[in-house]
Amino acid sequence: MSFFVDVLVGGLLSGVMYSLVALGFVLIYKTSGVLNFAQGAMVLFAALTFVSLTEHKLPFAVSLLVTLAIMVALGWLIERFVLKPLVNQSSITLFMATLGLSYVIEGAAQLLWGTEVHGLDLGIPDTPMQFGSVAISEFDLVAALIAATMVAALTLFFRTTRTGLAFRAVADDQLAAIAVGLRLSHVWAIAWALAGVVALVAGLLWGARLGVQFSLSTVVLKALPVLVLGGFDSIAGAIVGGLLIGAIEKSAEVYIGPFVGGGTEGWIAYVVALGFLLVRPAGLFGQRELVRA
Amino acid sequence: MSEPLLSVTNVGATYDNAILALSRVSLTVGAGEIVALLGANGAGKTTTLRAISNLLSAVHGQITGGHVTFDGRRTEKLGPAQLVAAGLAQVIEGRHCFPHLTVEENLIAGASALRIGRRQLAADVARIYGYFPQLRAKRRLPAALCSGGEQQMTAIGRALMARPRLLMLDEPTMGLAPLVAREIFHFLRALNRDENLSILVAEQNATLALRYADRAYVLEHGSVALAGASAEVRERDDVKHFYLGFEPRQRRQYSSLVSQVGT
Repeated sequence: MSFFVDVLVGGLLSGVMYSLVALGFVLIYKTSGVLNFAQGAMVLFAALTFVSLTEHKLPFAVSLLVTLAIMVALGWLIERFVLKPLVNQSSITLFMATLGLSYVIEGAAQLLWGTEVHGLDLGIPDTPMQFGSVAISEFDLVAALIAATMVAALTLFFRTTRTGLAFRAVADDQLAAIAVGLRLSHVWAIAWALAGVVALVAGLLWGARLGVQFSLSTVVLKALPVLVLGGFDSIAGAIVGGLLIGAIEKSAEVYIGPFVGGGTEGWIAYVVALGFLLVRPAGLFGQRELVRA
Repeated sequence: MSEPLLSVTNVGATYDNAILALSRVSLTVGAGEIVALLGANGAGKTTTLRAISNLLSAVHGQITGGHVTFDGRRTEKLGPAQLVAAGLAQVIEGRHCFPHLTVEENLIAGASALRIGRRQLAADVARIYGYFPQLRAKRRLPAALCSGGEQQMTAIGRALMARPRLLMLDEPTMGLAPLVAREIFHFLRALNRDENLSILVAEQNATLALRYADRAYVLEHGSVALAGASAEVRERDDVKHFYLGFEPRQRRQYSSLVSQVGT
């Protein structure tokens, strides 16, 4: 039993890392209906920028702030020069644009910071801590706390500020939002900037885990099943979806893996997502239409 | 009469650069007037309002000719947000409340184009509850769960939050019970009288609209077929035929009636 709890907790904590990436998708999808394939490239770009700055002997806090500013600026630039000219185009056009964008961002990162693998040490030890019979990595725990803080901050922002209200209004009904005088481009620019911030947090944590390298941008592929499970337009869904995928992956590895020769971690999430699409295409928390009975 | 608050001159519009929606529409709304825009489905009422508020581009539409002047300013270079800030608010067709936002959040969203402080915002929301007391009871309810009448009130209240001088409404009584529809027009009339709000209302319910409006335009196939004071328009036999359905089996095109009258 305690072994099962061990597996489950480990899975949930690694799921938090998936949630972090999925969160960036949700922010943009909710407000503009664009599935931003470049989110992974943004994660990479953020991590690489931060690492390169620290390697140039900038203090941690300064590097963090500079990278933050760069990510916000990047988000704003993408909105202004890629998506704004494509307004009113079909969603597949926008998706293709972000697909292209992901290569441009990766290329730019390569040009700016080079191609070698960087180690990233955030100063959080990755040592197991004992909670009763369950061992939890300190790093995973900190990552989970950071994710929780970020979700709480975002929720507060959406619920209590007028900009957050504008966000929700645009997500609800774009035509009505334009008609009441909301500027979609402002809201979108903020969404992209926020997605940049989320990418930075995800990039640092994933970078510390895997090393900062170009394969980092493929974490985007792990975010997709998370989004299918949780719903593309729900922040809560991104979190729960991430936790579920993490838990399923780890348990499958332990309990199914031995029967199929291992290596389930590579595909189990996608199989689950596929099954989910058949049963509940809007995801667990995806917004269904709210109508009076 | 002095310069009208709104003047639309020979405006043409298309959708997707292919479907002709308006050919040459001209109309004016004077300060303090209620003007009704009548016409059958597809006559161009909604397109006319969208052309005025520059919402056409959001629905794949384009203005192809003519111009609109609001309060002495040409509007073609102004975005929808700037127009709202300048005092031209619109209640779009089908109400379009933000479904997951509460009634109160819907109202607050209506002030998006203005730069006002929280205290002023609260006062403005209270003003709307003064107009529609029943909204106060539903303030915490998602708008989608309100009745049709309450949603229409929310949509009107939301537009009024922008403190407009000209309020445009697109079929405000669509799908509402006759009594509620009358209440809405009654409210608009009172607002017009008490606060000198100018109103341009597109409506299918011609009988009701003509009772409250000062003047009316009848649109047909994307252009103005008839214009005049409400009393005159109401008394026209052809309008009676067309709208009031005296001969429901022989619904005829308005233009054919006009040509018959001519011969």
